[in-house]
Amino acid sequence: MLEIVEHDIVIVGGGGAGLRAAIAAVEADPAASVAMISKVYPMRSHTVSAEGGAAAVAREDDNFEMHGYDTVKGSDFLGDQDVIQYFVEQAPRELTRLEHWGCPWSRNEDGSVATRAFGGMSTKRTWYAADKVGFHMLHALFQHSLRFDRIVRYDEQFVTKLVVVDGAVRGVVALDVREGNMRLFLGRAVILTTGGAGKIFPFTTNGNIKTGDGMALAYREGVALKDMEFVQYHPTGLPGTGILITEGTRGEGAYLKNGRGERFLIEYDHGVGHKAELGPRDMISRAIIREMEAGRGVESEWGLVVHLDLTHIGEERIMSKLPMVRELCQIYVHVDPVHEPIPVRPVVHYMMGGVDVDIDGATSLPGLYAAGETACASLNGANRLGSNSLTECLVFGARAGQHAIAFAKGSSGANQSACQDIAEQESARIESLRARKGGSERIAGLRAEMHHSMETGCGVYREQDSMDDTVRKTTELRERYAALKLEDDSRVFNTELIAALELGNMLLVAEAVAVSASHRHESRGAHARRDQPTRDDQNFLYHTLCHWDSGGPRLDRKDVTLGKWEPEERKY
Amino acid sequence: MSGSKKTFVITRFDPDRDEAPRQQSYEIEVDPRWKVLDALNHIKDEVDPSLSHRWSCRMAVCGSCGMMVDGKPSLTCKDSLADHGDTVEVAPLANFPVVRDLVVELEGFLDKLKQVKPWIIRAKERAVEEGTHRQSPAEHQEFKQFSMCINCMLCYSACPVVANEPDFLGPAAIALGHRYNLDSRDEGDHERQEVFRGEGSVFSCSYANECSEVCPKNVDPAAAVNQAKFRAVIDWATSFVVPRGGEG
Repeated sequence: MLEIVEHDIVIVGGGGAGLRAAIAAVEADPAASVAMISKVYPMRSHTVSAEGGAAAVAREDDNFEMHGYDTVKGSDFLGDQDVIQYFVEQAPRELTRLEHWGCPWSRNEDGSVATRAFGGMSTKRTWYAADKVGFHMLHALFQHSLRFDRIVRYDEQFVTKLVVVDGAVRGVVALDVREGNMRLFLGRAVILTTGGAGKIFPFTTNGNIKTGDGMALAYREGVALKDMEFVQYHPTGLPGTGILITEGTRGEGAYLKNGRGERFLIEYDHGVGHKAELGPRDMISRAIIREMEAGRGVESEWGLVVHLDLTHIGEERIMSKLPMVRELCQIYVHVDPVHEPIPVRPVVHYMMGGVDVDIDGATSLPGLYAAGETACASLNGANRLGSNSLTECLVFGARAGQHAIAFAKGSSGANQSACQDIAEQESARIESLRARKGGSERIAGLRAEMHHSMETGCGVYREQDSMDDTVRKTTELRERYAALKLEDDSRVFNTELIAALELGNMLLVAEAVAVSASHRHESRGAHARRDQPTRDDQNFLYHTLCHWDSGGPRLDRKDVTLGKWEPEERKY
Repeated sequence: MSGSKKTFVITRFDPDRDEAPRQQSYEIEVDPRWKVLDALNHIKDEVDPSLSHRWSCRMAVCGSCGMMVDGKPSLTCKDSLADHGDTVEVAPLANFPVVRDLVVELEGFLDKLKQVKPWIIRAKERAVEEGTHRQSPAEHQEFKQFSMCINCMLCYSACPVVANEPDFLGPAAIALGHRYNLDSRDEGDHERQEVFRGEGSVFSCSYANECSEVCPKNVDPAAAVNQAKFRAVIDWATSFVVPRGGEG
């Protein structure tokens, strides 16, 4: 029996953006009923792993103009300037709210909130809580959300489909992971806040749950994924695991050194000029790869790395500002950064692209909203600046929550039997997948082939031939997915079934990334081509839209919203 | 690095199929650098896809992957295989109902967490326009340690009181309630003291200190419980001396 529950709005994902959206919705309308569906428990969401900080103007030497320009320049002029303007203005308000809700921001001696330097930011505007900023923000938001009885949580429920009737979204269908049954959630608006899709790559900072679910849900219903070719490689991941070592290390003064012990960002011309270690992520990741290719990397038991040196910072400062970095290094690479340099290499970290939304978080499908890494509001353009994304979750999570609840109030209820028909069909599909016999393709096998192909074709540096190979490969894998073999037919907590559904989502997203990348014949931000090494504003100053159409991806374009800052050469 | 073999004896239970938990052994080739979680993921991917366990961040901060390893509560993404013998026993966290295999029921904890009101309570909400609170580094230091809890549930699994008294609020929930009581921005101390003075709360703790010993984040919940006890007594005593304005 299909269970049906009804709320005013349904939020899919319980991380930073989803929790902020839920709180904003019940603040805007205390009578509103909000369903918060998470495939885990909200406090397990990947926001928890963010480390270095959240950006907002806080100091006398700073202003919105400076934060705006830094963000536009960091985006390689692909950010929409109206969105950026709104973001920088709201950022201090949102971080202040979080302070009122208990987030333990680190403090200056006078009791004001402390800020640190970050890559591509022209002054100290990154608020931090030591180096566990995502953890503290997530727990502050989650714990604050518990006071609202109108936010009804549905934990460990995996959304498999959006319910679209008469051209508008009417709810979602979800698998209850613990019970194994399906549930229809009716809602007059739906917000997708499921985070990114780093797990389409083999070497990533992302947790196991970052499988692009929200992107795939929207994409399947005809909503475009925007700017998917822009994948951020963070310069400093631990080799082996890919665990993030925060840019806050460099904000606190750490050096990047090559195998000769040189600060190569200064010694060699890698384009970051006087910014050195505080340059933007795309450029520093490329500099590291070039050092390795020039034979100036460091050999390690995990292959080539470079060194992130904190030894001059001192134990006391490391323990007060970067305690988790020390802990992570000791546990996962057996290095104590107080005394030795940390081995690091560039690692997939963040999707600049995502579900195409406007400044309100609204998609092209009436009633459907998205926020956070799932969405692409075009705040980040071709390269996100570190510490803008945690703030993005708050600013645009809140706005999506407010707009979704307003939309829901003005919308009439759906044709329930049509919704039920969709949910029944979806239940049958999931049930047949669970009970499937036969099949020849293993989940781990397809996943490994996807990983290899994405790393080869959509790495830090790209070329036409390898991108085209990855397009063919991801399409082939998506087709082979139909012959997936499942061995666990249990109903209760069937994690093989969840992994199968996640793999289906990842293959769609991976193909969208590869197709979008293969059609951008220029280098911009994180999309760096060896065969087209320069930016081409004449022909490519546009957003890529990737639509799911007749069983495959179809590309389209969308204008970039410029404003007071005209594109110029990006120099640091 | 060359691999070596280890045997994993894993407690399995599927409520639809098994009447009682059973043990299943897997002998696999392991990389000596692996954590216990890496071995479980290898078994899941390459040997037995029906094995069910929770995990996500694999960097000891999301709190998903707590289990019993060789009889002790362990965060498996942090627990090195090198610290275990040739045979490693993995079981679900003790003191929790088992959902399946290595997955335990967390609903009880989430109810307890809500009971301690883990949010800032103020008589009058501060407006955004008023800016942030001033909080000195010393005031911040007061509660910082207790704000580090990742809700991994290892402390409940180690707690002898939870074992006998399932309704006991437990170390993590008390530590988190106490964390807000210590926060200079909060005015909800009295509300929480009522919870702390109630049945199954701070006075149930036998101060065995097991919770603090297993905590992977050095939160020291035992200290929080002890401090909360002391404050609850003071709050109760002063309530006879100092009338509380407007609170009946």
